[in-house]
Amino acid sequence: MTSGLWELVLKGIWTTVQLLVFSALLGAAVAFAVGIARTGRRWVVRFLAGCYTEIFRGTSALVMIFWVFFVLPPAFGWQLVPMWAGTLALGLTYGAYGAEIVRGALGAVEPAQREGGVALGFTPGQRLRKILLPQAVPEMIPPFCNLLIELLKGTALVSVMGMGDLAFSGNLVRLALQESAEIYTYVLLIYFVIAFLLTRVMRGLENHLKAGLR
Amino acid sequence: MNWDWNAVRDFMPLFWDGLLVTLQALVLGSLISFTLGLVWALLMRTPTRWVQWPVGIVTEFVRDTPLLVQLFCLFYVLPEWGLTLSAMTTGVVAIGLHYSTYTMQVYRAGIEAVPAGQWEAATALNLSRNRTWRAVILPQAVRRVVPALGNYVIAMLKDTPMLMAITVLEMLGRARLFSQQHFQFTEPLTVIGVAFVLVSSLASFLLRTLERRLVR
Repeated sequence: MTSGLWELVLKGIWTTVQLLVFSALLGAAVAFAVGIARTGRRWVVRFLAGCYTEIFRGTSALVMIFWVFFVLPPAFGWQLVPMWAGTLALGLTYGAYGAEIVRGALGAVEPAQREGGVALGFTPGQRLRKILLPQAVPEMIPPFCNLLIELLKGTALVSVMGMGDLAFSGNLVRLALQESAEIYTYVLLIYFVIAFLLTRVMRGLENHLKAGLR
Repeated sequence: MNWDWNAVRDFMPLFWDGLLVTLQALVLGSLISFTLGLVWALLMRTPTRWVQWPVGIVTEFVRDTPLLVQLFCLFYVLPEWGLTLSAMTTGVVAIGLHYSTYTMQVYRAGIEAVPAGQWEAATALNLSRNRTWRAVILPQAVRRVVPALGNYVIAMLKDTPMLMAITVLEMLGRARLFSQQHFQFTEPLTVIGVAFVLVSSLASFLLRTLERRLVR
């Protein structure tokens, strides 16, 4: 492979990493918002959050990406830059899965902890911030780590829309060199390395958070 | 937003064809992943490390890399190696292989959940190794793992649109074809979005029913 082609691959990696970071941030925000809403006291809030989860989990991520790219512009007059369109589609989809993780972890905090907060006269917001979340968040890390790997793999989907991510630049290089086996081995290895690094980082974060609780 | 019912009506024939392809891919992909996952899980339980290590490394690698890239990889590399499969076969094999690395973990958990007493009883009855697996362990393990396998059926359903990228025209592929011909994106994409929600809800309902039957 020539240096020019490597540069193309490096650009692809950069796009993939950016997309991963942005959609992970959006996904986390959605996950916490929807997940907490699903434990809310009003049934309307719970119902709406439930609808959100079902719709975004039920449709395919790729269908969502098509929707954001092709339906939003004519329907609402928005034309997003590819990076933001990709972020929106991936963040909203994976956020719906994350919401279930948040809900599960909040539900797993012992009821006595919540009651303790009530007894101390905490407002619901204080209970959430000071009692429930600090205990629930470390529990969320392992499933979130899995989800992050899924999200990394999901970023490859935007290449279908011609966004220059790693999968896309891999295809370009393949067309240039007519050498499929070699190129795809590199591309798969790069994804694997990113996934491996993510797992390490998340494990470090988990240990850090759990140490803080003790 | 203007919704055009005529576009929906025109899209319907294409939609049914696409749905059929999607369901075919789903059923075949599920069968491959269920079988291959069990094979991996059993191989991981062989006492020889020379089997365990390669299987462990390969499945970990397949699990952590994108299915879309694996699809491309099989689609373009296999012919280079002199093995030409149809796009549909390649796609089904890729989906089945990818998800077999997930179902493998499911089976592993199921096998480990069979109480140790069952193994001991089989030894006490002097059952052969084969017989122990077939008559004692697997029937109990597989029953336990049905709900978890069901989750992956739904996950596979939602990954079938990727087949579009290797020229298999399932639901999304047909929707794209239609929208490129008629310049109407909203209707076909919404129709298939709804179809995905319906099929996955229906699948999870059927799986829950099956689960209740098996547990009884």
